[in-house]
Amino acid sequence: MSEVTASAVKVIAFQLVDKEYALPVEQVYSIEKLMHITRVPGTVPFVKGVINLRGVVTPIIDLRSRFGLSDERVDDSTRIIIAALDDMEVGLIVDGANDVLDIPTDAIEPQPEVVGSLGDEYITGVAKLDKRLLIMLSLQKIFN
Amino acid sequence: MDTSQYLEIFIDESKEHLQAMNEHLLQLEKDPENLSIVNEVFRSAHTLKGMSATMGYEDLANLTHKLENVLDAIRNQQISVTLDIMDTVFSSVDDLEAMVEDISAGGEGKRNVEAIVQKLLVIEQGEAAAALDVLDKPAGETILHYDEFERTVIDQSKEQGFSCVEINVSLRADCVLKAARVFMVFEVLEKCGEVIKTVPSSEQLEEEKFDETFTVTLITKETAADLQEKVKKVSEVEQVNVTEVGSLDEPEQHQPATEAVVQAAEVSVPAAIEQPKQPEAKKEEDKPKNAVSNKTIRVNIERLDILMNLFEELVIDRGRLESISSELNHTELNETVERMSRISGDLQNIILNMRMVPVETVFNRFPKLVRQLSRDLNKQIHLDIIGAETELDRTVIDEIGDPLVHLIRNAGDHGIEMPEDRLAKGKPAEGTIKLKAYHSGNHVFIEIEDDGAGINKDRVLKKALDKGIVTQEQSLGMTDRQIFELIMASGFSTAEVISDLSGRGVGLDVVKTTIESLGGSITIDSVEGSGSIFSIQLPLTLSIISVMLVEVEKEKYAVPLSSIIETAIVKKEEVLNAHNQQVIDFRGKVVPLLFLKDIFSVPHQEEDDRFYSIVIVRKGDKMAGLVVDSFIGQQEVVLKSLGNYLSSVFAISGATILGDGQVALIVDCNALIK
Repeated sequence: MSEVTASAVKVIAFQLVDKEYALPVEQVYSIEKLMHITRVPGTVPFVKGVINLRGVVTPIIDLRSRFGLSDERVDDSTRIIIAALDDMEVGLIVDGANDVLDIPTDAIEPQPEVVGSLGDEYITGVAKLDKRLLIMLSLQKIFN
Repeated sequence: MDTSQYLEIFIDESKEHLQAMNEHLLQLEKDPENLSIVNEVFRSAHTLKGMSATMGYEDLANLTHKLENVLDAIRNQQISVTLDIMDTVFSSVDDLEAMVEDISAGGEGKRNVEAIVQKLLVIEQGEAAAALDVLDKPAGETILHYDEFERTVIDQSKEQGFSCVEINVSLRADCVLKAARVFMVFEVLEKCGEVIKTVPSSEQLEEEKFDETFTVTLITKETAADLQEKVKKVSEVEQVNVTEVGSLDEPEQHQPATEAVVQAAEVSVPAAIEQPKQPEAKKEEDKPKNAVSNKTIRVNIERLDILMNLFEELVIDRGRLESISSELNHTELNETVERMSRISGDLQNIILNMRMVPVETVFNRFPKLVRQLSRDLNKQIHLDIIGAETELDRTVIDEIGDPLVHLIRNAGDHGIEMPEDRLAKGKPAEGTIKLKAYHSGNHVFIEIEDDGAGINKDRVLKKALDKGIVTQEQSLGMTDRQIFELIMASGFSTAEVISDLSGRGVGLDVVKTTIESLGGSITIDSVEGSGSIFSIQLPLTLSIISVMLVEVEKEKYAVPLSSIIETAIVKKEEVLNAHNQQVIDFRGKVVPLLFLKDIFSVPHQEEDDRFYSIVIVRKGDKMAGLVVDSFIGQQEVVLKSLGNYLSSVFAISGATILGDGQVALIVDCNALIK
């Protein structure tokens, strides 16, 4: 691989309430518009249900309720990010997916002691890019 | 050589050959005199040896070779078939199977086979030892012995003016490259005549598996002295003895073999030799076998899976088309869609059939299992297999092997009594386990029946009470069948002595869970003193099922048709209350009602309806009524999993995609009925 990729990570940046979050691009399969979600009874509250993703039944997690943020609000910019970890494919409901960015690895800092209300167990680090602050997420922790 | 591309074929074929060996060995055991069976086994072993040597699996080839030697000795009637020998042969086949398993799992196919190789050698040599003195005849006489075919060749060549000599070559003890010297000796001899036999076999010579001496039989026109001179010129050859082979009229029976008679077909001496075609002679003795052979091709199972997946997509679109055309109500469209549905229906049958595998593939390892079982337990057990041709979906086949093994072991261990007990009870000493498979409707039934002791109801109940599996109150109302089913509850084992085979109490409940996870069920019938029947009911296929779609508020659920008895609409007044449980009187039976709304906590508005729509479902002989809002209709759907993330959701066995592209959940009636 070239030096550029070695010193930078490509991420998908998305909006949730008032903050920007990021997931490594390799973990993201696709970004979908909101579609009909079939509720699955007897699951944890943050699992909204399942969707038909081109013939594959895919479970959906509402990131707002996963992070204990304010109630869901659906508008035109609401998206489902289909992310995959190991052999699990899960959709994440976010307020808007807006960017693919290259973040230099040296711009990523460990999580400061206090960042908003979000529990730091989901966070692998914080990236500062010009004036933007991106919170890097760990899928592993979100899925559990 | 890169052999990876052949690996799959190798594994497949090895398994086939091992299976064939197993089957024929079992036959041989019943009919030890029938040497044509030995030939079959030998052929399989020989092919296996060749294949594994080519693929570079030394251990496999080595063990097969030893096995082949023993088989050859049996075939040449130097060894008679005894139980001990069969045991050793069987366990070496087991080892071979384990190695092939290992290879298919990506391993090296290595295994420590010293012990079994030793045993095989003992068999091979033990029988030959008796005749060893014959071997040590003084020089000058025939050292080697020849089979009928070789004698014919020698006799014929003599008639044509050739002479036949045995050349005994000793290499120097410090010779480093023995194989190379052997090669050089052969090269010299090839120029002088034709090598018809070597001891040790040419393969062993190549692999340097001999001490310092080896013997070659040559048909030549040269004199003995000339030959001796020529061979001596090869360096590191210490001594050469050339002996003329005399008349070969001696009968064969007192000819021992420390070394298996080398089959013409397998001799591949470094220098090319014009070998007489013995296999042809061999073929003549063969009975015509496999006269009925179907024309088949091997298709990678992955391709079938892809085909199936694509077809599933088609089924989803078919559902969508059907719903669109019924909305539009356009005659021509309707006709076309209808025809397409019919064609795709036929297609569905064919594709599902392609994935069908006869249960034989699972059953055929059981005769050996039962044989082992009866040896281990000192019982006499006979296995009857009925309906091995019954077909089941491959996905189901893959899963039922282990549960069946367990049930058979269970029948042998706990069911069948010791021979003396059986005789005392007036039964034949030999117990019978009957394994029966048959189709019925959309299901396949597999029954494991034994004529053993049966299940002692009181003991089971007592044990279940002791272990706290049931309470005293519960036990009072239990039917016989329910009591028998307690033995499949986890933490239950009635065996007083824990044996190696079963009775750890972990098995039967695993059997039950496995079968239920396949959408099947298991029931037990037993008569104490005369035996038990475990019957397993399995769905024909797991991927496309017929369901009844129902609506609960705004949500759609699919109930598998296989568990539905019928649907009913009941007035609210007809619902009765039986301690905390609403029930209805349905055709004279009391059926408890389950409100899907509550079970699935569907968000609902209060709405007063005077009627309940009820789907009556069953599990075994228990029934329940699922209360829904409305029935939508019956449909063929493709069963999909909820994905790895949502692996176990209560009362939901999976999901399916409906014609409108939405996902509907499939209700697991087995989980709803306790």
